[in-house]
Amino acid sequence: MSQTHSPTNTIVTDKFVTLLSDAEVSQIEAEILLLPDRRSAAIDALKIVQEHRGWVSDESLVAVATLLNMSSEELDGIATFYNLIYRKPVGEKVVLFCDSVSCWLMGGDDVCKRVQATLGVAYGETTADGKYTLLPVTCLGDCDHAPAMMVGDELHHDLTPESVEEILK
Amino acid sequence: MPVLIVDGKELPGKAGTNVLEALLSAGVDMPYFCWHPAMGSVGACRQCALLQYANDEDSHGKIVMSCMTPVTDGARFSVSADRASGFRRAVIENLMLNHPHDCPVCEEGGECHLQDMTVMVGHRDRRYQGRKTTFKNQYLGPFIGHEMNRCITCYRCVRFYQDYAGGNDLNAFGSRDRIFFGRAESGVLENEFAGNLVEVCPTGVFTDKTLAKNYTRKWDLQSSPTICQGCSIGCNTYTSERYGQLCRVHNRYHQDINGYFLCDRGRFGAQHVNSPARIPQPGIRNEEGKYDPLSLDDAKAKVRDFIQHSSRTIGIGSPRASLEANQALRQLVGAGNYSNGMSRNEQVMHQIILDVLASGMKTPTLAEVAEFDAILVLGEDATNHAPLLALSIRQAVRNRSKEMAGDTDIAEWHDAAVRELAQDALSPLVIATPMPDRLDDVASQSLRLAPEEIVALSTEVSMYLSAGSESTASQASSVAQGLAELLRDARRPLIVSGTSLGDINIMRATVNLSLALQAVNPEAGILLAADECNSVGMAMLDNRLSVEELVDRTPETMIVLENDLESRLGAEFAKKMSAVRHLVVLDYLDNATVSVANILLPAASFAEAEGTFINFEGRAQRNLAVFLPQGSIAPSYYLLSTLNDDCLNDSFNDSLNNSTESVSSSHQARVQTIIESIRDEFSPLKRIDECAPDADFLVLGSKIPRMTHRASGRTAMQAEVSVHEPKQPVDTESALAFTMEGNQQQAPASLRSYVWSPGWNSNQSIYKFQTEVGGADTMGNPGVRLLQGDAMPAPFTIAPTTAAQISTGPRFVAQHHIFGSDPVSSQAQELSTRIPTPYVRMNTETATTLGVSGGDGLACQLPHKRIELSVILDDDVAAHCLVYPKLVQTIGLADVAPGDLQRIAGWQGPKDPLKPNLILTDRTG
Ligand code: SF4
Ligand code: SF4
Ligand code: FES
Ligand code: FES
Repeated sequence: MSQTHSPTNTIVTDKFVTLLSDAEVSQIEAEILLLPDRRSAAIDALKIVQEHRGWVSDESLVAVATLLNMSSEELDGIATFYNLIYRKPVGEKVVLFCDSVSCWLMGGDDVCKRVQATLGVAYGETTADGKYTLLPVTCLGDCDHAPAMMVGDELHHDLTPESVEEILK
Repeated sequence: MPVLIVDGKELPGKAGTNVLEALLSAGVDMPYFCWHPAMGSVGACRQCALLQYANDEDSHGKIVMSCMTPVTDGARFSVSADRASGFRRAVIENLMLNHPHDCPVCEEGGECHLQDMTVMVGHRDRRYQGRKTTFKNQYLGPFIGHEMNRCITCYRCVRFYQDYAGGNDLNAFGSRDRIFFGRAESGVLENEFAGNLVEVCPTGVFTDKTLAKNYTRKWDLQSSPTICQGCSIGCNTYTSERYGQLCRVHNRYHQDINGYFLCDRGRFGAQHVNSPARIPQPGIRNEEGKYDPLSLDDAKAKVRDFIQHSSRTIGIGSPRASLEANQALRQLVGAGNYSNGMSRNEQVMHQIILDVLASGMKTPTLAEVAEFDAILVLGEDATNHAPLLALSIRQAVRNRSKEMAGDTDIAEWHDAAVRELAQDALSPLVIATPMPDRLDDVASQSLRLAPEEIVALSTEVSMYLSAGSESTASQASSVAQGLAELLRDARRPLIVSGTSLGDINIMRATVNLSLALQAVNPEAGILLAADECNSVGMAMLDNRLSVEELVDRTPETMIVLENDLESRLGAEFAKKMSAVRHLVVLDYLDNATVSVANILLPAASFAEAEGTFINFEGRAQRNLAVFLPQGSIAPSYYLLSTLNDDCLNDSFNDSLNNSTESVSSSHQARVQTIIESIRDEFSPLKRIDECAPDADFLVLGSKIPRMTHRASGRTAMQAEVSVHEPKQPVDTESALAFTMEGNQQQAPASLRSYVWSPGWNSNQSIYKFQTEVGGADTMGNPGVRLLQGDAMPAPFTIAPTTAAQISTGPRFVAQHHIFGSDPVSSQAQELSTRIPTPYVRMNTETATTLGVSGGDGLACQLPHKRIELSVILDDDVAAHCLVYPKLVQTIGLADVAPGDLQRIAGWQGPKDPLKPNLILTDRTG
């Protein structure tokens, strides 16, 4: 006689969710299993999508939100808070240049100028060939080898203007 | 009581509160932004800093946030120390770095919390020379404007919208100086309480678009204390006017009712006063069915003639008109010829409400709802039918988190901490309705039941509760058992129902269940939402004759007061109206009844007339006119009572010849005479003259001003006509004056026409009028609760609804919509754009029975109109229910047999009938 509906923790199938690949959905569902509710997987889910696609488009954001039973506002609030979740397309590799205090003390500014000159882009821009996007980051936890930066997954430290040219060549 | 020492002076504090609340309660001018009296503290803005000293020896002290510091006895603070005031000044300077300083073009200017705080801390010179962050604004719908650059990132908006009102389409995006408060993309803010952002935001980010259209600074508005006409809750409002146009509606704090908030129907629906559908002058219908204008005197003479030459004149009152207007009508036609304007069904439902209020059952105020820790809703669509009730229920489900906080010694006002601790833990809320409910997101259980199944369930729960023997109890279903145990074991359970499904049995079953529950749990409460702003008042005034009964007595003349009988009783009934020889209608907006009247009299709206209204909890409240009606428009009570005088007066013709009188100057407080007649005639109403002082009331020898002392340009208002200031009209009907002279700060709450206090131009100044933060009004809470008793009513016998009796065929169920179901607010221009397009919602099984699928169109032909409905498939609708919106277009659908609906070939329905397609053209878009 009655239908009981529980507003959370139901799996939603929706046209948006079909935007995600099976691999993405199954990885996200695997994360959800480890957590108390679907919404808690928000950051992991965004990271999974970013791994597969390089960045999180508006469409994939809506898809993830639907999958997690959240509004796009709720999820985008999280996505835009973290500067390592990319809400715009990025190059093949992201250069994260540390602009925090130890690196600055150790001459990071000059190194950064060289990085920008070598790549021909300013912070927030992507090289014309689509290879690199340059972004600032606050402390990579490598202060004892400052200045430091990451190129893709690799950490580079004790940087000099010369060494960065070599790295980005 | 703990005592705080602030700058060497002792201040009373209250255990369990914070230092900011203690300072404000003591009347100290303490700057703050992010703390909100109804939402607690998060410590986001750092504006409320002061120095706290560790002990008597400590002369240095440390900076703490007063809103984050609990009150402890003997704690020493300094507000005025240079370090504290310097800190606060620095905070403002920082908050202003990206602020555009665009006060002259900002709707908030003149009543801006940020302006007030900036002046209060003494930040004067702008030192920052850098670039400012600029944002793209969004289109947020017809109600609210968006100017993100003015944001000071206090987070009040998202805390209200998400945490308090349960919205999920507004959030904070980004971080540091790029934080953006808005939607993921431009579009209508969907929450029914979005309008509160205008008042919650301390700056001009979220502004009232209806005000922007007729923009006037607060200091130039003429305002008065009014009662919202949108539903039976009776929220207190300030309505403001300039140049004969209603500019805006703001919250008027009432401790027991609406607190600091309003719903969007109330706030924006009042714009109906400016509607082009207003009836501007008296009219007489000619042969072609058009109206010829008539002078007020001629129109009244005609009506007098009808009355004097008719064998029977009847008067149909209205639950949306004031007690005074209804009483004036009743006196004119005689009690035996008067109906309060409700249908039989409505009268019975409201009699139940009245009997419950007058009994010993625990009937909470709206504010008290938030204190119940288990709630069962039976068939009442609170969000759409009594919106502020839904807002209170949303706070009640947070009681679980408050208990958890209590267990861990976290203060309730520590908002972020309490929410973090509780996560999704909520007190139980069970909702039994035929269709999805806006409160489902916080419900522990949502039961989708047809109306008679709701009655059956409720009866089952009552039987289980009062079952003496094991065997009766074990017959109950597991759902019923679960519910019964939940309610019995709760500390304070509440059962909520109301008139929204128009089902008498649901209300009877609710009363029975509450009686059974109260017998086992004496703390149990019952709340029944009524239908319209004065439905309970009408039931109290005279609930004897229904409209149907009275109209059946073959009247020759029928006078209808502010009541569209076609929307109330259907088109079939409306035919009977046309059979009456002389139909006289008093109303302010066009409707079906107006369009068949022989004589039409232009009534004043709520903004132009005094009137007393009784809300769902039996509280009588006085509404005061904001401005004088234009031309021959006059308050209904005035039109009717002068008609009565004329009918009684032999020398009528003489007085007619001399009548150049204006409404305002002719009679000494006519409204007061009527109030006194009500008081003397009806003993349950004998205290209604206590809800506000009468027209002779003075403060320091003058009436109370409707305008601020800073009102500018009053003298220039008619400058294109004459540079001489016209004499201000005199108000003989109330204790308010149409001027700025006088003292409003010492006015009683029922007569206070706006809130303002030196240094506090924004509505935050309300704390200066409260005995303590969130407490009673210093002058006493306005209004009087009339009904209270101690006898318990006898349970109702309800015709048993066993499974076999439940009809198995599809049947219509009308659903209220916050925008659209109230015929008056629907005529507000902005609100009308939010009304859904007619639809019929059903589950897949029911659709299969009817042979229709989602997206189809269905139509039916009524005598003089065709109704077209888009089919929405929704498996969250109870079986057999065909849910349709209660709108002007769907009037009469209830009488149609579902089988008579025809499929429309090639139907191209709207994409989403629940969400009207707005045109996204906007200055800021
Ligand atoms: S938009 Fe208004 S309420 Fe929201 S954070 Fe900014 S200033 Fe505060
Ligand atoms: S809840 Fe009712 S009384 Fe209150 S503002 Fe809304 S419509 Fe008006
Ligand atoms: S400051 Fe650059 S790595 Fe820590
Ligand atoms: S009001 Fe105390 S920190 Fe904002």
